[in-house]
Amino acid sequence: MSTQPIRPDQTGVTGEEFELFRPEHEELRAQVRAFVEKELLPNAREWERDEAFPKEVFRRVGELGFFGMKYPEEVGGSGPDFLADAVVTEELAGCGSAGVSASLGAHKDLASLYVFNFGTPEQHSRWLVPSLEGSVVGALGVTEPDAGSDVAAIRTSARRDGDDWVINGSKIFITNGAWADYVVVAAKTDPDAGYKGITLFVVDTDTPGFSSSKMRMLGWRSGATGELSFADVRVPDANRLGDVGSGFYAIMQNFAWERLVMALAQSSGAQRTYEIAKQYALDRSAFGRPVGKFQVWRHRFADLATRIEAGRALTYHALRLYLSGENPIREVAMAKYYTSEVAFLAADECMQIHGGHGYTVEFPAERALRDARLGPIGGGTTEIMKDIIGKTYGL
Amino acid sequence: MAWPFSEEHEQLRKSIRDLVEREFAPHADEWEAASDFPDWVFTKLGEAGLLGLSYPEEYGGAGGDYLCNIVLAEEMGRCNSGGVTMAVAVQTDMAVPPVYKFGTEEQKQRYLVPAIKGEKIFCLGITEPNAGSDVAGIETTATKVDGGWVINGRKIFITNGRRAHAITLVAKTDRDAGHAGVTLFVLDTDTPGFEVSRTLEKIGMHTSDTAELTFTDMFVPDDAVLGKVGEGFYNISWELQGERLVGAAGTIAGSRRLLDGVIAYAKERSTFGKPIGKHQAIRHAIAEMATEIEAAQQLVYTAAWKVNRGQYPVREISMAKLQTGVVAWKVADKALQIFGGHGYSMEFPIQRAWRDARLIRIGGGTDEVMREVIGRIEGL
Repeated sequence: MSTQPIRPDQTGVTGEEFELFRPEHEELRAQVRAFVEKELLPNAREWERDEAFPKEVFRRVGELGFFGMKYPEEVGGSGPDFLADAVVTEELAGCGSAGVSASLGAHKDLASLYVFNFGTPEQHSRWLVPSLEGSVVGALGVTEPDAGSDVAAIRTSARRDGDDWVINGSKIFITNGAWADYVVVAAKTDPDAGYKGITLFVVDTDTPGFSSSKMRMLGWRSGATGELSFADVRVPDANRLGDVGSGFYAIMQNFAWERLVMALAQSSGAQRTYEIAKQYALDRSAFGRPVGKFQVWRHRFADLATRIEAGRALTYHALRLYLSGENPIREVAMAKYYTSEVAFLAADECMQIHGGHGYTVEFPAERALRDARLGPIGGGTTEIMKDIIGKTYGL
Repeated sequence: MAWPFSEEHEQLRKSIRDLVEREFAPHADEWEAASDFPDWVFTKLGEAGLLGLSYPEEYGGAGGDYLCNIVLAEEMGRCNSGGVTMAVAVQTDMAVPPVYKFGTEEQKQRYLVPAIKGEKIFCLGITEPNAGSDVAGIETTATKVDGGWVINGRKIFITNGRRAHAITLVAKTDRDAGHAGVTLFVLDTDTPGFEVSRTLEKIGMHTSDTAELTFTDMFVPDDAVLGKVGEGFYNISWELQGERLVGAAGTIAGSRRLLDGVIAYAKERSTFGKPIGKHQAIRHAIAEMATEIEAAQQLVYTAAWKVNRGQYPVREISMAKLQTGVVAWKVADKALQIFGGHGYSMEFPIQRAWRDARLIRIGGGTDEVMREVIGRIEGL
């Protein structure tokens, strides 16, 4: 039997190529981080208190080019470089407010990406180009009061009327929904065709019949999560995104990337929460020494750091598979589920180490905990992720 | 082929798998029943070149990279006997690497070359009744005499201890010097004064011989010192990294195989009119197992990749060791639950996997020691 010896110099692969991120990505990381630390983090508390942040933030992010990493130059992007987009996602997640980072993310990875993936060149110039500039804000409207991950069950309808479509129905939990300039809407164009009867439309929010209101939620308060209402909203056929009946497939096709960026954001957010908790554990003393130097806490931090690192490794694994052209449904679902559970654990530990202070709004722990609670719910619950994973094994 | 492996690693994987499934796996039940396995396992692996994958060719090695050792650890588990896997790992990644790393040319010729051939089986003597991961707390002494050292003391839980031809041994050469008073030795077990006082019965890892060793006025010459006198603590700390990472790699590969078995069973076995895997509670349990395994697996690969690049990632290795142990135990217990009565029966191998898996959270540094290491690196 031959054992095929391998020498490092014969594999033809250097360490740099094995590494996921290249030096230019690390430069980008430093740029995004500098922006986050200078322009977002110092405002996070105020924005959360006011339950709103300025729309101008979109324009700043657009100006800096951070929305355009995964798009080609002809639509105003600087890519396509999905790794660069991943870096932007990781760093924006450190802005100290899930409301802000999720709003930017929903714009970058939901609304804009749908327009890019399924739109015509004309639709690209109408909605995608200004989206990447940050001059308009987009939202994706799929979820309804009675249908979330069960996309085929949506009830919002679009009826053909001459050259137009008339949309009726409602959407809920729509990130950016309360202040978006346009919404990519999933509607039933054939109520009898099940998932094959779903079509996507882009609706400008100044169209008559469209209205929205901001929802009050446990966390993500600085964001503009909205409830949308469509009452005879008339849009021309030119606003149809993709073929009639192709909406369900489009939504399924986009899931991999949107859940992947959620996992990246959760990992990165968990790391930030961990750092806040650890700093407090070192600053705060009890019985003559920093709380973090007590063995129980040292071990709890060790467990938490291990799970955060495992989540990151799992997410990078899914990212690698995605970048190699696969559609890693299983690994993406694993990463989304694992990292959002870890991020919630991190926030809970952060509150616990802060003790009474953690329970007050003077410290960031309570907000971290409220914000992190959405992770196992949004973008497909943990239960949905487990169902998906199980099904990939034929169960 | 998946990161961090190359096409060559996958070819190596296939050849190891073929050998292990052909030569060892058919004997697993027999060896388990006998609580022993024959020494020819080592010579068979040595002949195939698998005991020296990453050592230079001049010593009979294959000249490969570190990831080859990870591949071996992952595939050895297909022999279906945790004790055999562990015995081989002690040879390839625990007891012998210090001889290569710290040994003189003469020591390498005398110990490394036959170890790679599988002719000289090694054990590693660190743990004592009163000291394990607290290496500086060991009580076995080596006292300087003319021309050599006289060693007295005891070691316990020593894998391969009964069958070993040679031992890499940790002893105190200066009782008052703490960490700096620890020295490594390498010697043959037929040295007068070396005695296997007993072998230990264990809850699992039955094929592995786990021994207690006693050294009574055991004289070794000066050239039995491995590395420099007083540097043993640092050298064995280095050894422990390889031991933990290869343990983690083998462990999680075992969990993955166990999961494959669980999934197959969940499709075959029906209750209330459908396969149990189609019941959502079981589907979700399996999804949880698979996710935990994949996350721990990627942690192992991240650490291994860093080692392969010449880094010394103690933090990531400790995390990989901790997480794989925790996950392997959780997975084994869930597997036993899903197999139900069959899981609890001695006629099925699930209980063996369950018993074997419990060691991982103890051997090579307990969960608690790993958390201590990680927490301190984190500045706590």
